[in-house]
Amino acid sequence: MLVEQISVFLENKAGRLAEVAAILAEADVNIRALALADTSDFGVLRLIVNDNQKAIRVLKSRGFTVSKTDVLAVEVEDRPGGLNRILDILHKAGINVEYMYAFVQHSGKNAVMIFRIDAIDDAIKILQKNNVTVIEGSKVYTM
Amino acid sequence: MILDIGFETMPREDLEAIILRRLKATIDRVYASVPFYRKKFEENHIAPNDIKSLEDLKKIPFTTKADLRDNYPFGMFAVPMDNVIRIHASSGTTGKPTVVGYTARDINTWAELMARSLAAGGATRKDIIHNAYGYGLFTGGLGIHYGAEKLGASVIPVSGGNTKRQVVIMKDFGPTILTATPSYTLYLAEVAEEMGVSFHDLKFKFGIFGAEPWSEKMREEIERKLNLTAVDIYGLSEVMGPGVAIECHEAKKGLHIFEDHFIPEIIDPETGEVLPYGETGELVFTTITKEAFPVIRYRTRDITSLNPEPCICGRTHIRMNRVTGRTDDMLIIRGVNVFPSQIESVLMEMDEVEPYYQLVVDREDNLDTLTVMVEVGERLFSDEVKHLQDRERKIAKNIKDYLGVSAKVKLVEPKVIARSQGKAVRVIDNRKI
Repeated sequence: MLVEQISVFLENKAGRLAEVAAILAEADVNIRALALADTSDFGVLRLIVNDNQKAIRVLKSRGFTVSKTDVLAVEVEDRPGGLNRILDILHKAGINVEYMYAFVQHSGKNAVMIFRIDAIDDAIKILQKNNVTVIEGSKVYTM
Repeated sequence: MILDIGFETMPREDLEAIILRRLKATIDRVYASVPFYRKKFEENHIAPNDIKSLEDLKKIPFTTKADLRDNYPFGMFAVPMDNVIRIHASSGTTGKPTVVGYTARDINTWAELMARSLAAGGATRKDIIHNAYGYGLFTGGLGIHYGAEKLGASVIPVSGGNTKRQVVIMKDFGPTILTATPSYTLYLAEVAEEMGVSFHDLKFKFGIFGAEPWSEKMREEIERKLNLTAVDIYGLSEVMGPGVAIECHEAKKGLHIFEDHFIPEIIDPETGEVLPYGETGELVFTTITKEAFPVIRYRTRDITSLNPEPCICGRTHIRMNRVTGRTDDMLIIRGVNVFPSQIESVLMEMDEVEPYYQLVVDREDNLDTLTVMVEVGERLFSDEVKHLQDRERKIAKNIKDYLGVSAKVKLVEPKVIARSQGKAVRVIDNRKI
């Protein structure tokens, strides 16, 4: 059920994001989704890619600090209230969402969102119980 | 192993008799042959035979780095150039370099003291010594080299730099002793790791590290990462080079000063007053056997204290504690004295912090600001911005708690802070004062 996300530490200065993109392009790694969180000094780039092993290897070899985190890819109905329903389910179960971002591709007629949650196993259970589709990692990398 | 049982474990009374005899001979010699010293003695109304006891040493004025520079290049030499067989010079990053000379006997003395040092640090003639101190004008490389040969060990004169090749040599030649600056040692460990070489598969037993101040935490880090016992070595070219003092690997608690060749004193750097044992101040040395470049009460600008307690290793020579900083790299930030080594201790206390840091001092609107740049390695990194900000705040808080100075902590990418190939550049002071 889990999707592996890689995170990269970036200093907040010109050209750093472009360099990550260039390194991944050179290694023929496809970025499936990304989100950047930043402060005035630094940023954390989170990526879902089609080949985690390779992405981590090339980024580390170029001196970047990289880590892996498990996240959830959740189908969200592409209509008003779609996201609200998911957040409501999690909120009622007392599950806190650290951050989330949207996936580029749709799954059928649904949108896909990435959720970073500490209580990840509880989240899967409660979402599935409410008939929300949690997408397999292997499917997400090649969507 | 104690190489020179006779001198290194000599009863204090006998040792002090030898020290006094050698001191008197040195005073006679510099008075006769170095105009700088003669003038200084005369200005202070001191004659060589006023020095009758070791206590009398404090009557003589200090010699400073500025004095050496004023006499650049050879003005402080006490023998004719014909008798000088080697010249070394300090880097001179803050002015003219300091030039020192050695006679054949000086080189032999130095080799003997370095051989004693290597033995104290765990080396024997059976060992292979990987010597990554720089060879050249810097005394580190050649000093260790001659000592290793004198000891009868096998020395690999690999010098500093070309780090990947060094890792290959470590793997292929199987050296058992590593000699390098502590900052370069950590860089070696990092490069080895990148190359997939584990120090646990190498043959190192002991490492002898010095030429820059380092902390007890850094020792733990080096011992853990390199899987060896790390000891501290001390020296400076003005006094001789490496091998002025060495930690014994048995105690690893302070460095034995070879008192049959050097007299140490600790002074208050402000008043020049000699401080009692145990008190912290500036280390001052008088050489008592050197021929070409004797120094009398030379102010090293290194901050430490002396410990006269007997040592478990059996040596009777006094110990100096780890150098905690230098009077000249002491930063005064908004009136607070800050030594880079203190910041290092704070950082090393925190498990997740890598041993790479740099201090940047600026002055904005007449207010000093201190920025501590810390590299984000895997242990510090998190995918959550708030965790990274928490860590920044925690480092800043620890610095504030420990040193009483507010610092801005800036997380930087790995390798942003230049890796040292010799001595690490820890401070960038942009203040125009």
